Amino acid sequence: IGKPRPMVPNEGYLEFFVDCSANATPEFEGRGGEELGTELSNTLYKVFNNKHSVELKDLCICVGEHCWVLYVDVLLLQCDGNLYDAISIAIKAALFNTKIPKVHISSDDEGGREIELSDDPYDCMRLNVENVPCIVTLCKVGHRHVVDATLQEKACSVASLIISVTHKGTVTCMRKVGGGSLDPESIFEMIEVGKRVGKALHAPLMNLLQQEESLGKKRQKVGFLG
Amino acid sequence: MAGLELLSDQGYRLDGRKATELRKLQARMGVFSQADGSAYLEQGNTKALAVVYGPHEMRGSRSRTLHDRAVINCQYSMATFSTAERKRRPHGDRKSTEMSLHLKQTFEAAVMTQLYPRSQIDIYVKILQSDGGNYSVCVNAATLAVIDAGIPMRDYVCACTVGFVDETPLADLCYAEESGGISSLALALLPRGGQIALLQMDARLHQDHLETLIEAAMTACKGVSKVLDEVVRQHLQEASVLTGE
Repeated sequence: IGKPRPMVPNEGYLEFFVDCSANATPEFEGRGGEELGTELSNTLYKVFNNKHSVELKDLCICVGEHCWVLYVDVLLLQCDGNLYDAISIAIKAALFNTKIPKVHISSDDEGGREIELSDDPYDCMRLNVENVPCIVTLCKVGHRHVVDATLQEKACSVASLIISVTHKGTVTCMRKVGGGSLDPESIFEMIEVGKRVGKALHAPLMNLLQQEESLGKKRQKVGFLG
Repeated sequence: MAGLELLSDQGYRLDGRKATELRKLQARMGVFSQADGSAYLEQGNTKALAVVYGPHEMRGSRSRTLHDRAVINCQYSMATFSTAERKRRPHGDRKSTEMSLHLKQTFEAAVMTQLYPRSQIDIYVKILQSDGGNYSVCVNAATLAVIDAGIPMRDYVCACTVGFVDETPLADLCYAEESGGISSLALALLPRGGQIALLQMDARLHQDHLETLIEAAMTACKGVSKVLDEVVRQHLQEASVLTGE
């Protein structure tokens, strides 16, 4: 629980931190992975931290004084290209799974506000992740473009376009990365393909999440040991 | 010390274990395809992931190359979500650097570095969930990862943290016991020869109790080595079935 930002006192916010661990490549040891991590975090801020994706007003507890701050920590274990897509899917799934306890505010004797979290583990609020976008990365290879490039395909491409698409097909954020140049026609083409792919990505993801949710307590936590 | 009783009168600890009982140990080798060797280990609620790259040419400062043996480079880090309160810096803080040095010291004693002169072996350990015994779980996971990478070692390196309460040594401490203010000792052992690779204790303990504590730690480590051996044989069997031998 933290203090809301002064410009938007009735909203909570999300904080992103991407940790490129040394497990992925030895170059990420020590401070090596920090550059990539900050770049990823900044892009994630742009994509997710606005009122169109997550209902930030739900995260407010007390206008101007207290709000929920959601810390989103991403840990990269293995890199095989297409980091943005995988991270965005993971974030959407994690936000779906988030349970925020309900808060009661009472005033104590001196007139200050006391915050009480409800002790019941089931008395919680879930986030509505309908509008959370998914990121689709399109890499330009030669004169055509590919979606979901592996590390080897990425090495062949000169530039890529990162588009975040919601389930309705609206593009919320767009960014071009890479040293090469793209001409405008190919950009429009890539956006169309990206929208189609992104839209098709949301439905199965939500289905899978709902399915897993409905398993409830019986579901097997597989993790690494499976 | 008021509060939770670390060892009840019937001899049961906070999580229902007996004094010399270890936590449930589950492990899996070869979790990552990109790295040379990797292992995931769960000891109770503590989860650690170890990855080994090497032996390869020296990266970074060429001046640190040793002409007759390999350099072992360790990095210990904790995920930001591993502890109850979010950890701001995953690595680079003092505790992580200290742990990395300890891991380096431990593995220099076990790995046969003379076979790889002028090269470097990287061991990266990440704690995904921390519930006490961080150092021991790291060492056990790293042992499996080094074995998975095919780097020859003198013996398994097994580690265990033991504590001393009410004249009884407790094997394999969990977080609640570690932070309960009891004297704890971390021991890394090469089980077959009974050689101690690392011994660390930072608490007050009477000299007479030291021997019993070390004995208890060595027994616990030998127990861990049996489980690790089982995991390695299982993994080898699965791998040989897949390759059709």
